[in-house]
Amino acid sequence: MSTSISKSEPATLSEQDRALILATQNGLPLVPDPWGELGEQLNMSADQVLERFQAMQESGVIRRVAAVPNHYRLGYQFNGMTVWDVADDAIAELGERVGELPFVSHCYRRPRHLPYWSYNLFAMVHGTSRDEVENKAGKIADVLGEACSGHTILYSSAILKKTGLRLRKQTDKN
Amino acid sequence: MQLDAADKALIDSYQRGLPVCERPYQAMAQNLGLTENEVIRRLAALKEQKVLSRVGPVFEHSQAGASLLAAVAASPEQMDAAAARINLAPGVNHNYAREHRYNLWFVMTAADERTLKGRLDELEQQLGLPMLRLPMIEGYHIDLGFQIDWEALS
Repeated sequence: MSTSISKSEPATLSEQDRALILATQNGLPLVPDPWGELGEQLNMSADQVLERFQAMQESGVIRRVAAVPNHYRLGYQFNGMTVWDVADDAIAELGERVGELPFVSHCYRRPRHLPYWSYNLFAMVHGTSRDEVENKAGKIADVLGEACSGHTILYSSAILKKTGLRLRKQTDKN
Repeated sequence: MQLDAADKALIDSYQRGLPVCERPYQAMAQNLGLTENEVIRRLAALKEQKVLSRVGPVFEHSQAGASLLAAVAASPEQMDAAAARINLAPGVNHNYAREHRYNLWFVMTAADERTLKGRLDELEQQLGLPMLRLPMIEGYHIDLGFQIDWEALS
């Protein structure tokens, strides 16, 4: 299964879907019938809520419904954004292979901004120490081989803000 | 923070996705040999302890609007004020300090590309710092989590 996606046009969200997103961006109700509880808040039936969730998953608005771990809290206190300067003609194939490494949580191609920024492949790596992150970066370097002409690791020193998707109500969209 | 085998199994089995069915916690319970109430109690406790940041949907930003990763290089004296300004800007949902010349990295979101560009231009002007704009061109692997090495963590 490929997890590759290209940037696509946004789907059109109905008012009902927007309301569901707003109601669940901090999580589902932890009760036996979460859809029923959401339905009561939003004046929908449990079946309708479940059906909208399944439809939004199908259309890609929802990537997954999951128990999302806080890696930092689990002990992965080193978050390294590894960035790589990869030959343009090789990046599509190599990006896929880096993305498949079990320890890479995100892997994206982004534009260079020469002369300030020459890195076009981003792979996020987590570790319990800098050594562990560097070890994992070494494995990425092995995959990229000679197609890579430079890399660095940007460790996070502070999380200044982190929130999930925040939808504004349609009316205060500017 | 002490996690037992059932907590770890819950995380391992469901960090990439849980069943979107009529009684999701019951389906998870059956799979793990727990009761529905126990699954609910454990998920609530893990959330309370902030071991789980959320039990729920992960939305695809590009499907719900526009978003972009950006960075600026702030001097040590500018750092705090720049970080505060970024946090206050409409649409910013992540902001990380990183060890690099480009030391503030944030994700800006908006309902559409035009609004996004307007917000970035405005923030860039407020900051008085050139902004590195790094839209995603292609995603090879997106936020599906990674295998947790419990052994190494213990």
